[in-house]
Amino acid sequence: MLALVDANNMYVSCERVFAPRLRGRPVVVLSSNDGACIARSNEAKDLGVKMAQPWFEVRHLQRQGLLAVSANFELYGDMSQRMMAVEARYAPRQKVYSIDESFLDFEGVSGDLLAIGRDMRAAIWREVGLPSCVGFGPTKTLAKLANHVAKMAERKPGSYPAHLAQVCSFGAMSPEDLAALLDATPVGDVWGIGRRISGQLIASGIHTAGDLRRSDTATLRKQFNVTVEKTVLELRGTACLTVDDVVAPRQQILVSRSFGTPIHQLDGLIEAASEFAARAAEKLREQGSAAGSLSVFFATSPYRVNDRQHSASLTMPLVRPTADSRVLITAATEAVRQAWRPGVNYAKAGVILSDLQNAGAHQGELDLFSACEPAPVRDQPKLMAAMDALNRRFGRDAVRIGSQTLASSGQATRSWAVKQERRTPRCTTRWDEMPRVRC
Amino acid sequence: MHRQDFLHPGEAAAVGADPSATAATRSAVAAGFGSPSHDTTVRRIDLNDALIQHPQATFVMRAEGTGMRDAGIDGGDVLVVDRAVAPGHGHIVIAVLDGELVCRRLHRPAPGAEVVLQAANPEVADHRVPEGDALDVWGVVTYVIKSLAHAPGR
Repeated sequence: MLALVDANNMYVSCERVFAPRLRGRPVVVLSSNDGACIARSNEAKDLGVKMAQPWFEVRHLQRQGLLAVSANFELYGDMSQRMMAVEARYAPRQKVYSIDESFLDFEGVSGDLLAIGRDMRAAIWREVGLPSCVGFGPTKTLAKLANHVAKMAERKPGSYPAHLAQVCSFGAMSPEDLAALLDATPVGDVWGIGRRISGQLIASGIHTAGDLRRSDTATLRKQFNVTVEKTVLELRGTACLTVDDVVAPRQQILVSRSFGTPIHQLDGLIEAASEFAARAAEKLREQGSAAGSLSVFFATSPYRVNDRQHSASLTMPLVRPTADSRVLITAATEAVRQAWRPGVNYAKAGVILSDLQNAGAHQGELDLFSACEPAPVRDQPKLMAAMDALNRRFGRDAVRIGSQTLASSGQATRSWAVKQERRTPRCTTRWDEMPRVRC
Repeated sequence: MHRQDFLHPGEAAAVGADPSATAATRSAVAAGFGSPSHDTTVRRIDLNDALIQHPQATFVMRAEGTGMRDAGIDGGDVLVVDRAVAPGHGHIVIAVLDGELVCRRLHRPAPGAEVVLQAANPEVADHRVPEGDALDVWGVVTYVIKSLAHAPGR
C-alpha cells in the first residue's frame, strides 16, 4: 500500500508556525516581487481569492481582514525537510514528490494503516507544526486521489463522507464504497489529468473518475496518450506509473523577474542577467543536467507609456552542453552586450536554459574542443559543486561570479533586486532572524 | 619504517581510547600519507549532539525581556525549543498567548488542576489559563545558550 502525504496550504501553514497571529485569519503568500497570490489559507479561499491571482486584484480585501506576506522560500524549504524527516520514520521507502508532498511505500508494514496514518499526521503537527492530509491506495494515482478526498472532506464538509477527512484509506474500504467515491469525483481531479485532457474526456462522455476507470484503455491510448491509459490501469489498482512519469525532469529552466526599479545602465542589466544565469545554473546542476543553449530576454514595461519601448531576446548556442556557471554567465553577458540599447528603461529580464541533457552523457566522448578552449572555460564540476555547497551552507551569494555584482559592487541592495516588502524572518536558517520570544 | 611512526598525537590518543578503531586507523594510515584529516574514525565533539535530540522538531528562539530571569534566562539568550517533548509540570515552555510567543514555566501539578504559566521574576505577573480555555504550548525549552563574554552582535 502507498500513501501520499502533503501539507495543507504549505506556505501559509509555515508562516503560521512562527506567527500565531496569522492563525484563523485570511492569509495569502505573494510571489517574488509581490505580484501574485501563490498560496492561500482556507479563509482567504473563502474570501474568493483565486490561485495565482494578481495581488492588485485582491488587495481591497484587506478591508475584510486579508493579510499578505511575501514568499519566504528559505523557511518553506527547511520546514519541508523537517516534515519529510518525520514521515520517513513511518515507512521503509519514501519518494519526495514536491516541497510539500511525498509518497511512502508501506509494503511489508503490518498493522492498521489508518491508525499509522493518523499517528503520522499527529506527529507532523506536533513536531513541525504543519497540518497535513494522508491518502492510502494501492497505486500512486489512487493514493493521490485518497489524499484529495481526505483534504476535501476536511475543507468542504459534505463533499465527501466526514469520516474520510484528514486520513483516508482506499484499502480500508469496500469495493462498493470506493466505486461510489470515484463516481462522485470529477475526472479533472485525477492525478495527471490536466485541464485540456479533462475537457476532451468530458466531451466524450467521461465525467468522473469512475467513468474513467470503466473506459476502454486501447481507445484512450489512441485518442490521448499512454499516460492516460496508465492512469486508467492505476485507477483499477495496477501500479504502472512511476513518480518520474508524471514529473519528468524539466526540459527548460527559466529564471526571470521584474525589476524593483527599471534599469537603464548596461552594468545593471549584465548584473541581473548574470544573477539569473547563476540561479538557473544551480537549478540545472540540481537535476543533474547540462544545457545546450542559453537565451536571454529583457524588455521595457508597456505600462510606462512615456518610455521608449524595446524588447530583446537572444539565444546563445553553447559549444558544448555545460552546467558551468562561468560559461553560462559569460554567454548571458555576451547576449546582453549584443542586444542592449542605451537610454532605455528595462523593467524585466530573464534567462532560459534549454536543450537540456544528462550532464554525464558527454564524459566518455573524445573531447575535441578541450584543446582550443582556454582552461578556465572548461567544465569544472568540482568547482561548481563546491560553490553550490558553500552557498547552501553560508547562505545565498556567499560565493558569486564577478559579474553578478558588477553594478552594485556587492552591496546588499541591488537595483534590480526583488521587491519583497512583506517577507517574514527566515526563522530556521539565519542566526539573526530567529523568532523573538517574550520572557 | 612503518607509517605508524608518524601518527599525529591526537590520532594516537584516539587509537588508544578506542580499541575497535585501531585496526581501521592503522590500515588507513598505512594506505595513505597519514593525514589526520582523512581519518574517519575520529569525530570532534559536536554541540548539536548535546543540544538537539530531535533535529526535525528543534527550533531556536531569541529571548527578550526579564520575566524568566530567576530561571537563568536573560534577554539575548538563545533558547533551544523541542516540539517533540511532551510538555509537563515544571517544564519551561513557549506558549502562545494572544497571538504572541511567550516563554514561561508550566505549572500543572496534577491532571485537571488549574494551569498557570509562571514567570520567574516576582515583578512579572503569572498567567492563569481559565478553565475550559485551550492551553497552546508551542514547544518545550530544553537548553539555554548564554554568551558570557560579550560576543559580537550582542
